[in-house]
Amino acid sequence: MSDTTLRPEVIQTPRGAQDFGIVAKPLTIFERLYNQVWLRKVLLIAVLIVVWEIYARHLDNELLVPTFSATITAWWDGMSSGVLPERAWASLQVLAIGFTTGVVLAGILTVLAITTRIGTDFLETMTAMFNPLPAIALLPLALIWFGLGVGSLVFVLVHSVLWAVALNTHAGFRGVSQTLRMVGRNYGLSGLPLVLKILIPAAFPSILAGLKIGWAFAWRTLIAAELVFGVASGKGGLGWYIFESKNQLDIPEVFAGLLTIIMIGLLVENVVFRTIENRTVRRWGMQQ
Amino acid sequence: MLETVKSPPPLLDVRGVTLQYKTRDHLVTATYRVDFSVQRSDRFILLGPSGCGKSTLLKAVGGYMAPVEGEIRLKGQRITRPGPDRMMVFQEFDQLLPWKTVRQNVVFALHTSGKLRGRAADEKAMQYIEKVHLTRFADAYPHTLSGGMKQRVAIARGMAMEPDILLMDEPFAALDALTRQRMQDELLMLWEDTKFTVLFVTHSIPEAVKIGNRILLLSPHPGQVKAELNSVPPDTDHAVVAALEARIHGMLFADRVEEEAHV
Repeated sequence: MSDTTLRPEVIQTPRGAQDFGIVAKPLTIFERLYNQVWLRKVLLIAVLIVVWEIYARHLDNELLVPTFSATITAWWDGMSSGVLPERAWASLQVLAIGFTTGVVLAGILTVLAITTRIGTDFLETMTAMFNPLPAIALLPLALIWFGLGVGSLVFVLVHSVLWAVALNTHAGFRGVSQTLRMVGRNYGLSGLPLVLKILIPAAFPSILAGLKIGWAFAWRTLIAAELVFGVASGKGGLGWYIFESKNQLDIPEVFAGLLTIIMIGLLVENVVFRTIENRTVRRWGMQQ
Repeated sequence: MLETVKSPPPLLDVRGVTLQYKTRDHLVTATYRVDFSVQRSDRFILLGPSGCGKSTLLKAVGGYMAPVEGEIRLKGQRITRPGPDRMMVFQEFDQLLPWKTVRQNVVFALHTSGKLRGRAADEKAMQYIEKVHLTRFADAYPHTLSGGMKQRVAIARGMAMEPDILLMDEPFAALDALTRQRMQDELLMLWEDTKFTVLFVTHSIPEAVKIGNRILLLSPHPGQVKAELNSVPPDTDHAVVAALEARIHGMLFADRVEEEAHV
């Protein structure tokens, strides 16, 4: 007849936890260890090192591929003699100057861009033109303009940092919700105070992403620039160290130089930026 | 029963306000020559279907847009820009600053507007956080709170500033039905406590009748005043409330029925 015939009601009492086999049981130690991301990564690297060592020993040609142990020995010698730290320090100093200048310029450009319409047009046009231009391509020009020295390096570094950071910061500012802007204005904020107190923290995930990209660009550009024109004002950086070692056919030293570059890169990305992220955007729930 | 009381000068006076805004291809008139005035301690409701310009009207009172015709005065002063004397509570959950804890959100508002500093600001903030029952979450970041709790923080923040008038733009619309009802009850209790003045935008007739003491009905496209009614006290008999709701429903949708009849 009808589908809605009266059916009996069902009422049940849930069973107590003691009736179930497992409610919550700790995983085995192996399972828990395997769930650690860093441990899995360390294992992967260890495997790669073993493969490298075996292959290099099999090849038995230090001029092509030195063994891992030879590389580490060369690296240790470089570190203990103070050559590698000195070269790394020289690179990092130039990097700090270039990176800071680039970020400051990017800040000025973006503030102009969000406060005036012509500023927006200027920033958009400049980033569209210069962002695809590899910084290293400007090196010949920089050499003519600023000579053989720190000036040229800083110039290409600024170029590599500026557009990436400005582009991300500007995108971040534009992405700040209308509601948050209205909240800020409700407190009586406007102009620069609104930018500093509301827009910058609200756009911080994008700004941080921009700084990370800027750092990565700058680091690569710097090493490449050093390789191309080498020594600047008497003390070279890591790029120059690699170039020199290659000329003297000290290939383990070349590898040690590369290793140092990788380690500094990892250190900055995984320690410096990770710490900033954990203390800011992750804590605020603005990034997972 | 009805005797015209000689009313004191209104707290908020909206006279002949026409509001327009531009979209990409159109100049839209949101409201046309709207008049109303809000007295101190009013729970004044702007009610109407979507497109009646009630939110735009609230934004104009907030100072976010200027009327093309008419004027809005708060305590006799013409409103020209946003300010902490008219605190807004928005519908969106992202109105709290995500980089500040619950307490810091309230304190920041007090600091930035220059209302209170240091300990005094902190104490005032905690006092209002307690009023909305969030003392336990004072040091939590907004992303760890539920939607209802976020709205409560926004209300605490608005009230802690002790503005001349609290502007609420459908603050409970994005909540689930049960939470919404609880929030409405809590808002009424808060009002009993401090008798603040609130201008409240909603499209829900039951919410308007429950929260408001005075209800302004707006017609859509563009928003024009259709009626200004008195609501009933919160503990009124259910049948009376239902009758008022039905009456408002009739007034708001009378045109539509006629339109449909003519088609």
